[in-house]
Amino acid sequence: MNKPTKVAQQAAVARTNHADRIRSVVSPLGIEAWLVEDYTVPIIAVEGLIEGGTSQDPAGKPGLLHCLMGALDEGSGPYDSTAFQERLDDFAIELSFGADRDHASFHLRTLARHRDEAFDMLRLALTEARLDSDSIERVRAQIIAGLRHESTDPDVMAHRAWFATAFGQHPYGRSSKGTLDSVAAITRADLDRTRETLLNRSKLHLVVVGAIDPDSLARMLDDVFGPLPALSGVQPVALAQPAAIGTRKVIDLDVPQASIRFGAAGLARNDPDFVAATVVNHILGGGVFSSRLFREVREKRGLAYSVSSHLAPFAHGPLHMGGTSTKNERAAESIAIIEQEIGSLAHDGPNEQELATAKNYLIGSYALRLDTSAKLASQLVHIKAHGLGRSYLDERNGLVAGVSLEDAVRTAKRLYGAGELLTIVVGRPVGL
Amino acid sequence: MPHSSATPSSDRSSLVPGVKIAHHRLANGMEVVVIPDHRTPVVTHMVWYRNGSADDPVGQSGIAHFLEHLMFKGTAKHPQGEFSDVVTELGGEENAFTSMDYTAYYQRVAREHLGTMMAMESDRMKGLVLTDDVVIPERDVVMEERRMRTETDPGAQLSESIAAALYAHHPYGTPIIGWMHEIEQLGRQEALDYYHRFYTPENAILVIAGDITSDEVLALAEQTYGTIPALGEPPKRKRPQEPELRGAKKVTLADPKVEQPSLQRSFLVPSATTASPGESEAIEVMIQILAGGQTSVLHRQLVVEQTCAVAAGGWYHSTSLDKTRMLVYAVPNAGVSLDELETAMDRAIADFIATGVTDKELARAKTRLIADAFYAQDSQSAMARMYGSALATGATIEDVTRWPDAIDAVTAEDVMKATRWLDARTSVTGFLIKDEAA
Repeated sequence: MNKPTKVAQQAAVARTNHADRIRSVVSPLGIEAWLVEDYTVPIIAVEGLIEGGTSQDPAGKPGLLHCLMGALDEGSGPYDSTAFQERLDDFAIELSFGADRDHASFHLRTLARHRDEAFDMLRLALTEARLDSDSIERVRAQIIAGLRHESTDPDVMAHRAWFATAFGQHPYGRSSKGTLDSVAAITRADLDRTRETLLNRSKLHLVVVGAIDPDSLARMLDDVFGPLPALSGVQPVALAQPAAIGTRKVIDLDVPQASIRFGAAGLARNDPDFVAATVVNHILGGGVFSSRLFREVREKRGLAYSVSSHLAPFAHGPLHMGGTSTKNERAAESIAIIEQEIGSLAHDGPNEQELATAKNYLIGSYALRLDTSAKLASQLVHIKAHGLGRSYLDERNGLVAGVSLEDAVRTAKRLYGAGELLTIVVGRPVGL
Repeated sequence: MPHSSATPSSDRSSLVPGVKIAHHRLANGMEVVVIPDHRTPVVTHMVWYRNGSADDPVGQSGIAHFLEHLMFKGTAKHPQGEFSDVVTELGGEENAFTSMDYTAYYQRVAREHLGTMMAMESDRMKGLVLTDDVVIPERDVVMEERRMRTETDPGAQLSESIAAALYAHHPYGTPIIGWMHEIEQLGRQEALDYYHRFYTPENAILVIAGDITSDEVLALAEQTYGTIPALGEPPKRKRPQEPELRGAKKVTLADPKVEQPSLQRSFLVPSATTASPGESEAIEVMIQILAGGQTSVLHRQLVVEQTCAVAAGGWYHSTSLDKTRMLVYAVPNAGVSLDELETAMDRAIADFIATGVTDKELARAKTRLIADAFYAQDSQSAMARMYGSALATGATIEDVTRWPDAIDAVTAEDVMKATRWLDARTSVTGFLIKDEAA
């Protein structure tokens, strides 16, 4: 079958018009949300991102934002922690908060008939969280227990060591959840300061999917987010280049299998070659059974159950990363194969067939990322935060289809350079 | 088609008004379930086989899971890699999973590719070709999977030991992935013997959710799965059942890597399939009140009020062919020993049984459980899994659709009756602690 023709067909099939379904709703106070109005299932999903993530934690105080986000649903306004949680359950409201290196986030899901209660709970958590001392202690104890648990988890150890080694004193070098000492030292004043600085409506991105009309949403936007500070206190974060690329570090842990993390600098989300990089990464180690790493490491040699790579377009230090787990005796072999595949992609790029297959997959599978309210809202909020515009869902498959072999070869060179990696191995690998 | 072998049964309405679940059976015995969801032009195509790790022959633990891996190794018609390549080319997602009671394969694709998926999936129901060249490296993959999930994680090792203690006789006590020393011995012949025994149309359930009608599905099913001859009777699942063992058991796992201790207690309880009418739903509501989330009795007592735990909760796995597990757990706060925490947990459970439930607690638990079923309808793959796992463990479509009503019908008295399953005297308690000596 003629592969390039198939790409064109796929792109045509996927050319449904999303932009018409995604409406920009702006409240009287000027708060914007994208709305996909859909009454098929009577539920509403809200996804929110606020720029300025755990990289805003002050030096010496990592874990502040993570702790704050964990405490927001522990009592607010008239409700203490137990009453707040009971109210969520009484109305079957799903409300959670999170933080990554670049964003604070919240996720709300409600039955349409309880939307007023649900939005009010979100408002309370964001603007009136009590941060009572018993709640803070409870959240602190939970985070510390989690950190203790993770402290001997080989995957988490490898991940943390990778960032610490690559970024050192840069905020990305710190653990997002903090350390046992830093979490123990968090005070109520720290949390208040973090809240004032980072929970605001100027750097807020909102997407709502489900059974709600634009007028009701506009009112809700002012009610819920109006009370937030209009200005963000986000501090600039320096752009960081990962260090120690081309080196390998082994961390001893008495386990029969070595956990391996590798990576190096990647391309920024707004880089003109980012879409081509997505295609190239997919060929290397995207989550399908036909990726190079899957074929070479798992299928042919049985070296690992899981092996993959991904792009991590962090705002202040984009990366390409990957990982696998192989028994200690064969860890060196796994790493050699991974390095060889990355080196070969950097040097020669992919071939026509690989490119066509990867493009077909990325184009055809895009709809699968959008088939629940929560998935659609989550995709859209990241698109919005990256400044990509409401028509991106419609444009995206055309961008993938437009990646030529020349683009892919050039981008593979840019992405993998000389094929050098920072590799962290946790376990007792033989011969490393 | 010259013969129409499908025998449509009545459509069942589900929670969303207007959505009809269609249920049919092909002439060769294969069940067909269609769950419409027309919001996005994609479909989820799943084939469920009514066999899981609990049907592994003695001494061949892990064979159901190993075969699941080997099912990706190609057929005479579509050699190794071709099926996956086609799924990838079409922009689909695919995978498979093995549980104790079933094994399932799925692809998620744009609606126009459903026929291709059904043709290829039906081909591998009968046409699997295995050679040692592919079997041996894949066995290494499974051993790496076991190392990754279990051998590097003391918590997972404790879970295995608890299950083995709880099920002294029934195969649920054996891990799905198998014991390492038996995985090492699995080979091509064992896999093929297992395949020929269980991979038959009468043992399979086709579940399709998404932007498709049941007429379209049936026409495609006739052309694909429908052409596979029935083998006869579906395999019977008769596993040795647990005796009534008396005596509380305690399993302690000490490992130098344990920086955060925890405790858990498992109980052997009726499943949705083995329970008397209403009993499984009562257990569901009971465990939700006792241990479900941050409004539960255990969280309130141990985490919020006594602050002896940083987390406490539990779950009940109702979807199971034979007697199943209910579990409660707690993670101690700094300075609290597991013995102290266990005493506090015992007291909280005893108080719960003595005091009973309030109307508010009962209503809250039901709201939460029913909403979960409701939210699942936002996801076609969640819906497909819900119906597939129910049918594969002996439930009916009606059981699934009327589950919210059955939950709603649970009374406070039913809940209190269900607390009889919280019997510490026949339970298994697991302690995960740091090995200080090492």
